[in-house]
Amino acid sequence: MLQGKQTWIFQNHPVIISTGTVGGPYEAEGKIRKSFDILHDDLWLQQESFEKAQQVMLEEAAQIAIKKSPIQKEQVEFFISGDLINQITPTTFAARTIGVPYFGLFSACATSMESLALAAAIINADGANYILSGVASHNSATEKQFRYPTEYGGQKPPTAQWTVTGAGCALVAKTGTGPVITSATIGKVVDMGMKDPFNMGGAMAPAAVDTIETHLKERGVDHTYYDLIITGDLARVGHEISKELLHKRGIDIPEEKYVDCGIEIYQEDQQVLAGGSGTACSAVVTYGHFLKQMEEGKLSRILVVATGSLQSPLSVNQGDSIPCIAHAVSIEAGSDVT
Amino acid sequence: MADEKKKKLPPKAQAYQALQDKKEEKRPIVKNCMMAFLVGGTICFIGQIIMTFYIHFFPFTEQTAGNPTTATLIFLTMLATGFGYYDRLGQFAGAGSAVPVTGFGNAVISAAIEHRTEGYIIGVGTNMFKVAGPVIVYGVFSAFIVALIKTILTQWGGM
Repeated sequence: MLQGKQTWIFQNHPVIISTGTVGGPYEAEGKIRKSFDILHDDLWLQQESFEKAQQVMLEEAAQIAIKKSPIQKEQVEFFISGDLINQITPTTFAARTIGVPYFGLFSACATSMESLALAAAIINADGANYILSGVASHNSATEKQFRYPTEYGGQKPPTAQWTVTGAGCALVAKTGTGPVITSATIGKVVDMGMKDPFNMGGAMAPAAVDTIETHLKERGVDHTYYDLIITGDLARVGHEISKELLHKRGIDIPEEKYVDCGIEIYQEDQQVLAGGSGTACSAVVTYGHFLKQMEEGKLSRILVVATGSLQSPLSVNQGDSIPCIAHAVSIEAGSDVT
Repeated sequence: MADEKKKKLPPKAQAYQALQDKKEEKRPIVKNCMMAFLVGGTICFIGQIIMTFYIHFFPFTEQTAGNPTTATLIFLTMLATGFGYYDRLGQFAGAGSAVPVTGFGNAVISAAIEHRTEGYIIGVGTNMFKVAGPVIVYGVFSAFIVALIKTILTQWGGM
């Protein structure tokens, strides 16, 4: 299973048998609105707090994933998930509702692929038959925790990003039909001394590039193996920088084969500055948009590189730099894998 | 000072930050200044209209009309903040909507709304001045320093 130092090859081919994606009002106006299972027009979801709204979205995404699959909830053996809020409580409360053994993770916005990689690794090693993996984030809950109050009229620089309100879940199984998880590369923390929490794309780009380079090297393939290499939430600023860094390391991926979920999710004219971010960003775009394209036969091999900036409001205020991470998971169309 | 700090970083990080700086989209300073001038000016103009209104129709003088004018502006800010318009104004107006008293009002009101879910005492009470607090602390402190300087000069300087 381990190949090189950071890469797992899943020879038993864990399968994503179903997915569930939920989005908020801003995502409902976005570029990929048609690929969501549920879209909410109320940021509160009729809950008392934004944190509860986030919890409800995760529960809904989990329910949809299970409903779309041939199995019952009781057959799910583990739930692997995490989010951005203090001590990941919205996820914990969702896990209470779902009621299956639970792993709570924190890798900020890289949690989506971290949970998928762990689910695949456990299933590949016969540790389970069905694992639910997923993440959620909420724009207002995240703003409140990491930045200013939602209604505060502070001006953000053009490098700032817009946290996605949504949730995305994938149900991973030992056997079944659907896209296959073929490998995963677990990233190292990369810190280039960047300190501006309003420029996370710029901080995370080196982590994404490090993981992509390691993945290709350890898997022994070049970038042409994949139809699409997808970064999590580098957004416009980080995406441009990562291209330059990849070029410097001799990896020249053509423009149309290197995309970012933070750019894909919203329309050009939506006021999101550099683009989308948040734990749910890579999850809803991958599980909703790209896996649908794979189902339609438009894509057969993708590499999803979820990127996370691991600062806390405390560490930023104390003058620490922003440590970043990126985890990559390769997903290939079921019929293609041998 | 920033350069000094950068020198302590490993060369790899220094090289990256240099590249990052080149690629990073900068704040549009000229545009921001113009928007701040226009929006800030408009807010002050509205304030002036309100003040004139109080002087003309109520028994206020130029010296006393300031307080009801400020209160009215803050009340209007409260509505604009509560209905979700002030943060959008702030994104393009920048300092123009932050510097006038409406900006101070928005900082207090937005924090109060935000922490409502944590209760009135611990939530609203504790967090209401989270954003605006420094303005009060350093406003009072700098007023004290200025008053101290003035006292010294008038008492011992013979001015």
